[in-house]
Amino acid sequence: MQKRNIVSILYILFLLLPIYWLVAMSFKTTNEILAGFSLFPQTWTLENYKTIFTDPTWYWGYINSIIYVSLNTVISVCVALPAAYAFSRYRFLGDKTLFFWLLTNRMAPAAVFALPFFQLYSSVSLFDTHIAVALAHCLFNIPLAVWILEGFMGSVPKELDETAYVDGYSFLRFFTTIFIPTIKAGVGVAAFFCFMFSWVELLLAKTLTAVAAKPIAAVMTKTASSAGYELGLLAAAGTLTIIPGAIVIYFVRNYIAKGFAMGRV
Amino acid sequence: MRAHNQKAWIFVLPVLLLVAFNALIPIMTVVNYSVQETFGDNVFFWQGLDWFEQLLRSDRFHAALGRQFLFTGLILLIEIPLGVAVALSMPRKGIWVPVCLVTMALPMLIPWNVVGAMWNIFTLPEIGLLGYFFNNVLGVSYDMTQDPLAAWITIVTMDVWHWTSLVVLLSYAGLVSIPDDYYRAARIDGASNFAVFRYIQLPKMKTVLTIAILLRFMDSFNIYTEPFVLTGGGPGNSTTLLSIDLVKIALGQFDLGPAAAMSLIYFAITLLVSWVFYSVMNNQSDEVE
Amino acid sequence: MAKITLSHLKHSYEPQPKGPEDYALQEINLDWEDGGAYALLGPSGCGKSTLLNIISGLLIPSEGQILFDDQNVTALSPDQRNIAQVFQFPVIYDTMTVYDNLAFPLRNRGVEETKVNKRVLEIAAMLEVEDILKRRASGLSPDNKQKISMGRGLVRDDVNVVMFDEPLTVIDPHLKWKLRSKLKELHHRVNATMIYVTHDQTEALTFADRVVVMDEGQVVQIGTPVELFERPEHTFVGHFIGSPGMNIIPCMIEGGAAKFMDQIIDLEGPIKSGSSTNCEIGIRPEFISFGESSLRGTVKKVSDIGRHKVVEVMLGDHKIAGIVEDIAPEKGENIGVIFQKNQTRVYRDGWLVTEKAG
Repeated sequence: MQKRNIVSILYILFLLLPIYWLVAMSFKTTNEILAGFSLFPQTWTLENYKTIFTDPTWYWGYINSIIYVSLNTVISVCVALPAAYAFSRYRFLGDKTLFFWLLTNRMAPAAVFALPFFQLYSSVSLFDTHIAVALAHCLFNIPLAVWILEGFMGSVPKELDETAYVDGYSFLRFFTTIFIPTIKAGVGVAAFFCFMFSWVELLLAKTLTAVAAKPIAAVMTKTASSAGYELGLLAAAGTLTIIPGAIVIYFVRNYIAKGFAMGRV
Repeated sequence: MRAHNQKAWIFVLPVLLLVAFNALIPIMTVVNYSVQETFGDNVFFWQGLDWFEQLLRSDRFHAALGRQFLFTGLILLIEIPLGVAVALSMPRKGIWVPVCLVTMALPMLIPWNVVGAMWNIFTLPEIGLLGYFFNNVLGVSYDMTQDPLAAWITIVTMDVWHWTSLVVLLSYAGLVSIPDDYYRAARIDGASNFAVFRYIQLPKMKTVLTIAILLRFMDSFNIYTEPFVLTGGGPGNSTTLLSIDLVKIALGQFDLGPAAAMSLIYFAITLLVSWVFYSVMNNQSDEVE
Repeated sequence: MAKITLSHLKHSYEPQPKGPEDYALQEINLDWEDGGAYALLGPSGCGKSTLLNIISGLLIPSEGQILFDDQNVTALSPDQRNIAQVFQFPVIYDTMTVYDNLAFPLRNRGVEETKVNKRVLEIAAMLEVEDILKRRASGLSPDNKQKISMGRGLVRDDVNVVMFDEPLTVIDPHLKWKLRSKLKELHHRVNATMIYVTHDQTEALTFADRVVVMDEGQVVQIGTPVELFERPEHTFVGHFIGSPGMNIIPCMIEGGAAKFMDQIIDLEGPIKSGSSTNCEIGIRPEFISFGESSLRGTVKKVSDIGRHKVVEVMLGDHKIAGIVEDIAPEKGENIGVIFQKNQTRVYRDGWLVTEKAG
């Protein structure tokens, strides 16, 4: 730690402050919160957390979110892998255009798709299902996954493919047993980004669900807008949503800097 | 050299189908709505480009668009230099590196509504940490439900809190890829710290910075959830950014025609600016090769 | 220009070094004469880059001192020592023009513009890069980039020593010889002390007046290229220099004479006494001939290098190589091997122990 590091130290403190406040508030009673300001919980309570863990509306919110996020990550990465391979290894009619078109979807404002998705998924009877949200998020996640994977695949020499063919591997066996392990860092990064985006997105997740697949984000906003603004409960719910994110970062911590450069630096 | 192989289309077919399903059908629907009018019961009348004309002349649209550009402009102006500064000040080696990276990544993994809620609780005038600090410790009046300026400061600060780490991580990745010999040569040449930044670090970070600017532009231009949860677009409509306005019209009022027209123009603007950045990025990487 | 003295220099990358194996540099005492062209030659990992970085000030040695003209500079930073260093990979400032790159070190020291201009043009002429002065540095070929790196080192006229750390590594082979001769030329013109670090003996032997050979953190021998070739003081030097290197075969010392395969081998001179029994005979392939001899072996392989042929012969279990100009023996032939007496030496524990007779 030197003088030079002061900016990053201040920055990290800045980042931690609102998080601390959220966590602190989750351990306070609603009375204490509304009564006035207290830096530290005066009366520690686990009441808020108890509510979340015992009330089905609440904990199903988390479960629903995890379900569609996992679905989306699996689908996105699985379809992105062959596509990224094609982009990185072959030239075919319209490949540059296709690639660019894929990226434009990532750039689309979610708001533009809110109403159309609502109508689309309702019309195929997928409204209020996990798969609907998972598929909807594919719009943004697949281009990202393809972009990331293509970047990683680009640094694998073609000689690897050729050697495998000479050795008599079928394409499928080569792809699954040799190629994918080689780029497993890239797969990890792509999965991370898919998880990240799907977990945090609210608008589409809320629009496409009602009760059965209601994500935690929607449960929270419903609570916030209805009468009885229970700040402590909200804070507890919020704190719990940070945990999956923290766990995931911990697992990919070695790849974070590498991954953000998406293999293109 | 990549081989020409039309069979590659089989590989991209799943992606194509999924994305097309999610993109083409909705867009077609939107285009459809944007040139028609309906009074319900699925009966449509051709409107031509009327909705577009109305929109482009609408004060409400101009106001929202203006706010959006202001917001995105502020974001880019703050987050990019700040991100670079933090990246420069981060340790390069040692145990603190993963600690820093993990902590900085955390805000980006919090659901967007929780971000909004978090900042809401944080800035409540009497009982939030920041709100209390401003009102009771500094004696400055701060209430974002009443004061547009306070609301703006809050949403900008919230976004800086939320996304600067992206710029930091990208810049950091660029920085650590600079070989040590460059720094050694600069020491021998007697270069000042500023010269090292200007002639060695900044040029080598050009690619990552372009990615960072592109991503931040896109995401801040399209932002919806966080400011909506925080301020609801208010007070009044002082923080009603483009997405918030669009959703109000589309899902709130179910004004299909105007919403559709607005969607298309919105999408077009994002695409245009993003395309500019994308070309710049590609030119740069061609140069390097 | 300065004379450089290394006094009791030792370096370890470990904070608490325990034994010699923790030291990257064993004790070094060395003088580099002012204006000399030196090569620092040795295999990868022998400590030459460590030594270079200590001289330039990028590394502070854990023990010992460095003196420039008898002034202790051990604690000074690189720019205070007035040194220049050229690295393995071309280091140039991409965003600046070639001219600005060359001017950079001078401008940083506040030299006024007319002097900068004069100096830059001088160096550019020397390096033959005048025609690209206005070009941006980023688009140049590697050899031009390296030239500019060198130029930045030479542009300051108060430079004490210029150091090159394997600078030709990234250069295409057909351009290497061009740059090598350019370096020699530069040395004559600039007359600064130059230290050239390399693992390539050809580069070392063509560039330097004197070569410092290193192995495993130790200076093994210092001498002119001829001295190193003709009279290696260590088996490492003999083996490393020359292509193929010196033949080394084990021997026994009996009664002041060296015996190999139960035959007494004639040497250049008497053997110094010593206790260790780890003795070897060293003789270069250039000084081996074939013909009538009591020492006989079977030809294993004959390689035609073009100008000469390398003949590998098995003497018992040991392989030796000899060089012949024209007619070479056949593979499988049993022939006699003749060692030229005045080039046959004995090494004990690797170090030379025969003295020149007479």
